[in-house]
Amino acid sequence: MTMETPLHRVQGLGSSHSGVRHFWRQRMTAAALVPLAVWFGWAVLGLVGASEARVLAFLTQSPLGIPLNAILLGAFIVILIYHMVLGLQVVIDDYVYGKWGKLALMFLVRAAAFAVAAISIFALFRIAGPV
Amino acid sequence: MAENPQTAPRPRPLSPHLTIYRWPVTMATSITHRVTGLGLSFGTILLAWWLVAVASGPETYQVFSSIARSWFGQLVLFGFTWALAYHLLNGIRHLAWDLGYGFAPATANRNSWIVYILSVLAAVGAFALAYTGKGGFFA
Repeated sequence: MTMETPLHRVQGLGSSHSGVRHFWRQRMTAAALVPLAVWFGWAVLGLVGASEARVLAFLTQSPLGIPLNAILLGAFIVILIYHMVLGLQVVIDDYVYGKWGKLALMFLVRAAAFAVAAISIFALFRIAGPV
Repeated sequence: MAENPQTAPRPRPLSPHLTIYRWPVTMATSITHRVTGLGLSFGTILLAWWLVAVASGPETYQVFSSIARSWFGQLVLFGFTWALAYHLLNGIRHLAWDLGYGFAPATANRNSWIVYILSVLAAVGAFALAYTGKGGFFA
């Protein structure tokens, strides 16, 4: 027995039970990725054919006392993967019927996304970390 | 319902779906946005691989580099370059839609073609710069 009225329980949530949270986060990550993706494209073009030493130099150069390129790349990867999970959830919601299949696929997507993000950030720390 | 003599339910009329409509270009750009998004998801694995290769030293990076330079690697990289350019450009269009702009059919059709053409130009342009030695400017 709850003291909450049915109206209050659903207010602002709608049929998704999570309101506009997913929609809003997808848009905010998209907006952040516009400049970051442009920067990433420019960075990759600037590193075409580069040796490992030159890539290291690019990622560790600290014009303002901080490894700006490594930080931008880290931000790009984390926001990109967040945006990816939100997008893949929409695809799964659209095409996968049945609660368990949906649950299993979303679990796999999130686990893989977490692994890719963790590996990337770990590599970035090895490259430009404070050691 | 006892008073209903029908035993089997009559098939209900279905609303027309993808196979019925003549494809407007906006339908193509919409599905392309989803497909490029799916493809780019796999691209994050390549991005992680590249970073791990950089962190692991010159020998490991050499392995990554030689695969990336092969014709197959170049084909895959061109695909990801175009997919990123497309998803970025069409994503900007999506953000404009969210702000209420660009819904008129004529505008939407024109912008669809603009996104297709610009994304191809961006990918071809990036590879043209790379192959003519204009890339790799971070010495």
